[in-house]
Amino acid sequence: MRPTDHLGFAWQVVSGSRGRTALILLAMGIGVAAVVLVSTLGEGARRYVLDQFGSLGTNLVIVLPGRSETAGVNPGFIIGKTPRDLTLDDALALGRSHAVKLIAPLIVGTGDVRWGAKLRESPILGSTAELLPVRHMGLAQGVFLPPGDPHHAQPVCVIGATVREEIFGAQPALGEWLRIGDRRFRVIGVMARQGVSFGVNTDEVVMVPLVAAQALFNTESLFRILIEAKSRDQVVAAKEDAIEILRERHEGERDVTVITQDAVLATFDRILRALTLAVGGIAAISLAVAGILIMNVMLIAVTQRRREIGLLKALGATGGQIRLSFFTEAVLLALGGAALGLAVGKLGQLFIGQLYPQIPFAAPWWALVAAPLTAVVTAALFTVAPAARAARLDPVAALSRR
Amino acid sequence: MIRLTGIERVFVVGGEEVHALRAVDLEIRQGEYLSIMGPSGSGKSTLLNVVGLLDRPNAGTYALDDRDVTGLGEDELARVRREKIGFVFQFFHLVPRLTAAQNIALPMVLAGIAPGERAPRLELLLREYGLEDRAHHRPDQLSGGQCQRVAIARAMSMRPSVILADEPTGNLDRHTGQEVMAVLERLHEAGGTLVVVTHDGELGARAHRRLRMVDGKIVGDEHLRGEHAAAR
Repeated sequence: MRPTDHLGFAWQVVSGSRGRTALILLAMGIGVAAVVLVSTLGEGARRYVLDQFGSLGTNLVIVLPGRSETAGVNPGFIIGKTPRDLTLDDALALGRSHAVKLIAPLIVGTGDVRWGAKLRESPILGSTAELLPVRHMGLAQGVFLPPGDPHHAQPVCVIGATVREEIFGAQPALGEWLRIGDRRFRVIGVMARQGVSFGVNTDEVVMVPLVAAQALFNTESLFRILIEAKSRDQVVAAKEDAIEILRERHEGERDVTVITQDAVLATFDRILRALTLAVGGIAAISLAVAGILIMNVMLIAVTQRRREIGLLKALGATGGQIRLSFFTEAVLLALGGAALGLAVGKLGQLFIGQLYPQIPFAAPWWALVAAPLTAVVTAALFTVAPAARAARLDPVAALSRR
Repeated sequence: MIRLTGIERVFVVGGEEVHALRAVDLEIRQGEYLSIMGPSGSGKSTLLNVVGLLDRPNAGTYALDDRDVTGLGEDELARVRREKIGFVFQFFHLVPRLTAAQNIALPMVLAGIAPGERAPRLELLLREYGLEDRAHHRPDQLSGGQCQRVAIARAMSMRPSVILADEPTGNLDRHTGQEVMAVLERLHEAGGTLVVVTHDGELGARAHRRLRMVDGKIVGDEHLRGEHAAAR
């Protein structure tokens, strides 16, 4: 029997009993759609988290004051010392490393921002001109903090999009003088809208030169040092250099924590991928259930088509041909169900995409391959027993019964 | 050429052995027209099934065209059936979801004959059995006589040398039965071997050689020499 004839024969069976076919397609479709949808959700969550990290900038190395230990207490705590502060000079010293491209020291605090009668409490970010490229931010108007010696500050500030709206409304903000605490700053730039990234809404901050922030908050201590490595391969070198340089400057004591974006990213990536796989696997159980349904339907079909099978044998069909005809039928049904499921999954993805437009929902490629493949393989697997039963059928007995 | 020697067929029914065929010796030459008659349970259908390679004897040997087919495997038997034997059944056994044409083409499809080669043969068969205007009808849209003609056309589609008919007119009215027998006899006249199992004495009498079976044994073997010779 030719492959096309097998297909044609199976098609006759499948299109001949519509109710039965619809039922199997439904079961298979639900299974495939469940796998696709669930993994789409997981993949969406993963991409969302990765995008959030990505918005911090790539090749990013972050230096935090204090050393976090996974076990035990900070040795400084026992001998009565608090961790040494990170200073601006510490930050600038990191420029000695060949792996470092940009350094952006950071101070964070809150302050009252006034313009005329308007008052707003806002997070204040003190940094240098390097912050813009390091954090991959964009400007809507004007310029960013001026480059130059970070020890000397000009009285200028750059404001977030929300701050601009709430304080200035429709009036032009550039060139206006804002009062923050007891100091005055001229607005030289407005940030483009970036949205929330890891709890800090850059739309709501006011950025001032680092030294000005130090004076405002009366502290020398940096909140973070952001470092951009020269390339992705240099991230580890930059991290090691940062640790080494700061230890030298801190009298041989390692009292900073350096995290790389890569490491954090990889951890999240692993966790979310595993989660997606796990829920996808659970959804795949519905495919196995659909497979069992196929087996039942096929067993019934063997009983119902006893005479036909007997006849085919009398006409010269071999056991292999009978078996193959049942497999073809099962695989045809599975493929139909898979196509239906993929279509439903795609529709579902579009639907939840409408509900949560900020999350980049997309079915992972492995789910798009694995779901139909599992459908076909389970269908074939669960047809082994019915097909074998059909092939073993005694033609005389099968034909003699009316 | 069919040669059965010492064929035994034993069924076990409810723990008891039933001898459907006892030491049957039979030789059927190519081109013979043979009827098998006998009461129910005399083993005539079993004999037909053994000759048609659908059933295996428990003992004895069967040579088909001088080849011993007793010990062949299932697949090889299927191949021999496909190429040498055509079956016609009492209940037609058409596949209900297939059209007349598709039913007729079934053995050619099973044999893996290319569609291009199938088409002209199918055309010829439809014309030969007067089914051209019924080609795309399903069995439930056909009369009993048409169904049996479809079944005969199907049996002939692989041009077998032996046609085995089990009560071919059992489900048809008298007139249609006569027509169907005439069709079958045409096959015999064209040189094929025709074996008909029947209850009907009148139909059985049309054959040139008549076997009578009782209790799994051949008790009568009547040749009508003249007619047989004339047919050859």
